[in-house]
Amino acid sequence: MGRYVFKRILLALVSIFIICLITFFAMNAIPGGPFNSEKALSAATKAALEARYNLDKPVHIQFILYMRNLLHGDFGVSLKTGREISTTLSSCFKVSARLGLTAAVFAIIFGIILGALAALFRNRWPDRIIVFFTTLFTAMPSFVFATLLLLVFCIELKVLPVFDASSRSYILPVIALMAYPMAYVTRLTKTSMLDALNQDYVRTARAKGVPMVSVIFKHALRNALIPVITYVGPMLAYILTGSLVVENIFTIGGLGQQFVKAISNRDYPLIMATTIFLAVVMVICNLLSDIAYKIVDPRITLD
Amino acid sequence: MEAVKKNPLSMQIDPALFEPATEDEKQQQEVMSESVTFFRDGMRKLMKNPLAVGSIIVLILIIITIIFAPLVVPYSYSGIAKVNGRRDRTNKNLSAFQYSQVEQEYIDQGGKVFPHIMGTDSLGRDYFIRVVYGARVSLTVGLFASILVLIIGVIYGSIAGYAGGRTDLIMMRIVDIIYSLPDMLIIILLSVVIKSSLGEDASQNFVLKTFGANMVSIFIVFGLLYWVGMARLVRGQILTIKNNEYILAARAIGAKPAHIIRKHIIPNCISVIIITTALQIPSAIFTESFLSFVGMGVEAPMPSLGSLANTARQGLQSYPDKLIYPAVLIVLIVLAFNLLGDGLRDAFDPKLRR
Amino acid sequence: MENTNGKKPPLLEVRNLHTAFKTDKGEVRAVNGVSYVLEEGHSLGIVGESGSGKSVSAYSIMQILDSNGHITEGQILFKGEDITHYSQKQMQEFRGKHCAMIFQDPMTSLNPVYTVGNQITEAIRIHSDKSKEEAKANAIKMLEMVGINDAERRMKQYPHELSGGMRQRVMIAMALVMEPSILIADEPTTALDVTIQAQILELMLDLQKKLNMAIIIVTHDLGVIAQMSDEIVVMYGGRICERGTAEDIFYNPCHEYTKGLLRSIPSTSNMKKKLVPIAGTPINLLNMPKGCAFCSRCDSAMKICLTQVPDELRIDKTHLASCWMNVKNGTYMKEEA
Repeated sequence: MGRYVFKRILLALVSIFIICLITFFAMNAIPGGPFNSEKALSAATKAALEARYNLDKPVHIQFILYMRNLLHGDFGVSLKTGREISTTLSSCFKVSARLGLTAAVFAIIFGIILGALAALFRNRWPDRIIVFFTTLFTAMPSFVFATLLLLVFCIELKVLPVFDASSRSYILPVIALMAYPMAYVTRLTKTSMLDALNQDYVRTARAKGVPMVSVIFKHALRNALIPVITYVGPMLAYILTGSLVVENIFTIGGLGQQFVKAISNRDYPLIMATTIFLAVVMVICNLLSDIAYKIVDPRITLD
Repeated sequence: MEAVKKNPLSMQIDPALFEPATEDEKQQQEVMSESVTFFRDGMRKLMKNPLAVGSIIVLILIIITIIFAPLVVPYSYSGIAKVNGRRDRTNKNLSAFQYSQVEQEYIDQGGKVFPHIMGTDSLGRDYFIRVVYGARVSLTVGLFASILVLIIGVIYGSIAGYAGGRTDLIMMRIVDIIYSLPDMLIIILLSVVIKSSLGEDASQNFVLKTFGANMVSIFIVFGLLYWVGMARLVRGQILTIKNNEYILAARAIGAKPAHIIRKHIIPNCISVIIITTALQIPSAIFTESFLSFVGMGVEAPMPSLGSLANTARQGLQSYPDKLIYPAVLIVLIVLAFNLLGDGLRDAFDPKLRR
Repeated sequence: MENTNGKKPPLLEVRNLHTAFKTDKGEVRAVNGVSYVLEEGHSLGIVGESGSGKSVSAYSIMQILDSNGHITEGQILFKGEDITHYSQKQMQEFRGKHCAMIFQDPMTSLNPVYTVGNQITEAIRIHSDKSKEEAKANAIKMLEMVGINDAERRMKQYPHELSGGMRQRVMIAMALVMEPSILIADEPTTALDVTIQAQILELMLDLQKKLNMAIIIVTHDLGVIAQMSDEIVVMYGGRICERGTAEDIFYNPCHEYTKGLLRSIPSTSNMKKKLVPIAGTPINLLNMPKGCAFCSRCDSAMKICLTQVPDELRIDKTHLASCWMNVKNGTYMKEEA
């Protein structure tokens, strides 16, 4: 177990390093330094500014300096606002995390329940209804769904506010974000549930006289949930990227909105910082879900 | 032995019945289920699946439309619709099949105006033709990206699978690392970079001019990142197939490697590869529309379904239909590919067969 | 079988059982009119090739068929009471408490995510009001009884941590904790090593004596069946073709299928001869022939075999076979009216 976790953490660290590398050099590949685009600065000012941000040094030194700052939690300064990026990130991340985690939790809970129901009522009407909606949701990009929700509930029906930081206003963004992962979890649970119900150990449990409810929930579902755990990591990544558009549509001031704004403003340090930050979050999520998977399934030999 | 019933037999039964039966008579008893080839059986199953058949029909209809509509509809996706060669300032934001003032006057004078099937956009461009071009872009991206993934993934995966040992280990470590990179973020990042660094001389480069910097960056990223799933799959398939007893059996009777690959390995993993490719298309379309929606997709006059939806967002209150058309089309295309992929899997995946 | 004392109904009686599965290709009739009697403490062996309906007939008793399968006709009498009409709840009580079952592959038949102890105590707690501690003590006792050393430690282990033979012992312990009167063993040794097979069979015989339970053993392995059974039933195509004691079946087979079956396995009596496989393939259960199911593969098939299946003909006191050859050769006893 220890070795596996160690290997997995090492892999995560390598990934994070590569992300930083790609991000840094990608941003450096953009022609023209950050101070070229603005109005002509005097050569002296420019040199002073470049020295201030270490831009006069060779690229690999810049990278090392940047990495060192990152380790200290220093993401640099936004070109647009001049504010410390780390403070912007932490305040925005709180909003995004709240939104994302709510969506994730609901997606998992509803997904498992619906998936189990679909498996139990296989080929009967509850299954058909669930299959219809999950198929539809998996075919609908989150921005389409979010915009449609906005159109129906805010503009046509006027039941829910667009966004005002109250908990009620979180309803639509959460629904928009969770639709796809929920549909996915539902499908996953259904497939693995059907698989589990066909397993010999379920037959054994029935032969022991275990009541049907217990057969389903104790014997089949527990096994069926193992694949769902592996999806948690990718799901959080999906929700994070999904929040890029959903936050914009519902004008929620989270990381997603910040990121898209940074792109349209060409605020390179902010783009870089947000990318690295989001990527690290995703890598950590994947790491945790992989480790959880190994813990839950005792069959897997831990090496 | 209570189960024994009273014996109804006695010896006066016709002795002719106790003649030996001929082989033919015996064979007639053996009602075998007819044997069909794997492919024919799969096709039959696919054709029995109404969702898959419906998806094929929808996709064919969409493809026919996007190929022939530009030939029929006299409007262009980039230019403002003109009436009899003159500019029409009254044709902005028309709803479906509505004619603008100028057009109406022209019709009254006996002229012919091709109807705006989906109305026009805020600049007065025919919306139908824009949606058609948007669908073209989306499908092209989906197809190209999937082919790219297919080629790279299959080659990489099969090399790793065949070679095994150390080569496999190293190749798979690389895959692991790429797999853990957040793809969407890197696509966005690369789009920003490519757009900024190549954007200026885009006019000189044919590829860039046709697809736009963002499309090219999508392809690059697909080529760099998205193949890993396919590579893992192919490698896994080859490894399991390689360890199967029937391969051992084939080897034991002296089959050559080329024969084994052709007869055993390819037929056994081709279906999985095809199915994954079919399911890759909607995922690429998703990515493209997502990027276009964020404003990083195709270059300005060229529409894509995502960018159309994004533009429609601004006038959402007054012209919600401008959102509905591209949105419904994306959903329809992705749905059709998903259902077709599912249908293919049900029909052709040998592992799902009982 | 002298112990039929007239009044007391037998422990288990299967009467004219028909079981079918609905599939998208049509109805698969897996069991077509099977009858047998199982007396207390006795053992019955059901032998046949795959697809002969032997396992399905056993699953039918427990009503643990797949969801598309159901009993279409016939009765299953447990101590004289028809259990085919039992409610879900009654059936749950029957399973495990009165009739237990063990399966072919102990690896897949034990739930991989629960410990051995958890799975055994579950069976106890369902069928009794024992407390957790009592159930645990009971389970440990049972594990020791099936010959597992260090039972207390094994209780905390997961199935994948045990060897194949050990897992099957756990399965047996789990099946027998409630001391059921019937144990159904579905190919209990097929997935095990030969050396372990003998141990498991011995264990089953030993426990049968200790607990005075009846055993139905379902297998394709004639060696297992010879060792284990008081009575043997040979099945083909969902029907019983021959039944009798081990001696009857092995030394005086009276059905062409049984003969073929015996010719196809090595034994001391035919060691010098060449083994003869049964030609052809098992019948298609979707399209059952009108006559004898075996006749397309039978060397001595006659015209009558194509159209009619004989009732079971009595060969002697314990031996019955449903094959026209016995009529042709006159090797059967005419029943006194």
